[in-house]
Amino acid sequence: MSSTQNLKQRLEAVNEYERTPIPKNKLKGWKSFIGTYAGEHTAGTEFVLGPLFVAHGASAGDLVSGLIVGNILAVLSWAFLTGKVAVKTRTTLYYQLEKIAGNRFTLVYNLVNAALFCFLAGSMIAVSATAVGIPFNLPMPSLTDVYPNSVGWVVTVFGIGAITTVVAMFGFNVISKFANIAAPWMIMIFIAAAVGVLPRLGINSFSDFWPVAETTIWNGVPLEGQSKFTFWHIMFFAWFCNMGMHIGMADMSLLRYAKKWTYGFSSATGVFLGHFIAWMASGILYSLFLIESKGSLVFAPGPIAYEAAGIAGAVCVVIAGWTTANPTLYRAGLAIQSINPKWKTWKVTLFVGLVTTIAACFPALVMQLLEFVALYGLILVPLGAVIFLDVFVLRKMGLASNYAELTNSHFNPAVGITWAVSLVFCLGLNIYGGIEIFFLGLPGWFVAVIVYLIASKVIQKKAVIKAADYTELNY
Amino acid sequence: MKSLLKIISFIALAVTLVPSFLVFKGIITPELSKSLMLIGTIVWFVSASFWMNTSDENEEAEN
Repeated sequence: MSSTQNLKQRLEAVNEYERTPIPKNKLKGWKSFIGTYAGEHTAGTEFVLGPLFVAHGASAGDLVSGLIVGNILAVLSWAFLTGKVAVKTRTTLYYQLEKIAGNRFTLVYNLVNAALFCFLAGSMIAVSATAVGIPFNLPMPSLTDVYPNSVGWVVTVFGIGAITTVVAMFGFNVISKFANIAAPWMIMIFIAAAVGVLPRLGINSFSDFWPVAETTIWNGVPLEGQSKFTFWHIMFFAWFCNMGMHIGMADMSLLRYAKKWTYGFSSATGVFLGHFIAWMASGILYSLFLIESKGSLVFAPGPIAYEAAGIAGAVCVVIAGWTTANPTLYRAGLAIQSINPKWKTWKVTLFVGLVTTIAACFPALVMQLLEFVALYGLILVPLGAVIFLDVFVLRKMGLASNYAELTNSHFNPAVGITWAVSLVFCLGLNIYGGIEIFFLGLPGWFVAVIVYLIASKVIQKKAVIKAADYTELNY
Repeated sequence: MKSLLKIISFIALAVTLVPSFLVFKGIITPELSKSLMLIGTIVWFVSASFWMNTSDENEEAEN
C-alpha cells in the first residue's frame, strides 16, 4: 500500500462524532481536560493580552483582585453552564443548535462562528511568526500596522499555518496529546522569563516586588491614546474573554467527551495559570520592554520572550501560539462541516487552515485582539443562553425542546429573534449608552434569556406538537 | 523505565524554571540561565513524550 493511500485512510478514519453523541468508551478522563485547558489558555494570546493591561494603565491592586474574581466566575460558568449541558447532550454546539434552531439558522451561525475562529487562530499564527522570524531578522509589526510589512512575514506565516493545519487535520487526539506535553513546560517558561528580568526592574528581593509592581510595572497610568482600565474592566475581561467558549457553549465540543460535568472545573488550570500567572508574567516583560525601548511602538511577543528567556522563550511563543491555533482550527472545522456532514473533516480543516493563514498575514488581527475577543464572545453568547434554556428550562415550562427537529422545521424563529434582539440591544447600549464592549455580555445574556422564553411561548403556542414525538425527543 | 523517564522529565522542568531564580538572586548570569532553560526544554519534550500520553491511552483502554 502506498504511503499516500495510507495517509488518506488514516485521515478518513478520523471520527469526531460530529452528529452523534460520544459513546461511553470514548469518554476522556480529567487529565485530558486539565492538559487541554492549561495548554489552550496558557497561550499565544497571553503574550498579547497581559501587556494590554500595562498599556491600559491597570493598577497592581486592581489587576490582582480583578483577575482573581473574574477567573473564578469564568470557571463557574464552564462547569455549571457548559459542563452540565455538554454532559447531558454529548453533542457539539453546532449539532445541538441545529436541533433547536433548524439547519438554515445554523448555516448562518456556523459561517459567522467559523469566521471568528479563523481570525482567532490567525492571530495566534501571527504571534508564533514573531518568534520564528527572529533568526531571519524579520521586520516586526508595530501597534499601528494593518498590512503585512514584508514578503518574509508572509512566507513565515504560511509556513506556520501549514504545520498548524496538518496537525489539526488529524483531530482532537493529536491536539490533546501535544497540549498535554507542552502545558507544564510553557507555564515554567512564562514564570522563568518574568522572574529572570526582575532585577532589571529594580526588584532584588521578594519584598521589593509589590512596591515596584505598584509604581513601575502596573503604575495605573495608561499609555498615550489608551483608555484607563479599572477593577471592573479587568474583572469583566477575565470573565468574558472566553465567553464564547463557556457561556456561549462553544466548549461543548470539548466537554462532551467528559465523564462528568464537574470536569468543567478543570478550566481552572487554564485560567489561573494562563489568565493570571501568564498575564502577569507577560505584563512584566512588556513593562521592561517599554522602559528599555523608551516607549517603542513595536509589538512583537517573539523578540520580547527571546530577550528574556533566550531560545526557549522564542520556542515558547511559537508553541503557545500553536496550541491555541490548533484547537481553534479544529473548532472552526467542526463549524463548517456541520453545514454539510458529508464533507470529510480533514478536507474542511484544510480549507479552514488556508483561510486562517491568509488572515494571519495581517498584523491588525493581533493589534485589535482585545476588541476582537470581546466581540467574539458577544456574538456567540445569545445562542449559549438559547441552548442552556432549551436543555434545562423549556420542558419545565411545558414547552418543547429541540423545536426545529421536533417540527421538521428548517428555521426556528424564536432563536432568530433572540439572536437579533440581543445583538441590537447590545449595539444600542454601546452606541447610545456609551457602554464599552467588555461589559455588554452580561446584559446581552439576560436579554437573550427573556426574549427566547417569550418567543418560544408565543411560537410554540401556534404549532401543533404531537405528544408522542415530544416524549421521543426528551433526553 | 516509565518512572525513570518521569524523574528525568521533572528534573528537566526544574532546570527550565530554577535558573531564573538563581539569576534573581544574583548567583548565575542571565546567559547561563538561558542555556540551562534550553537544555531543560529539549529534555522535557523528548522524555515527556514517552510517558505523558501513554497514561491517557491506558485510561481510555480501561473504559
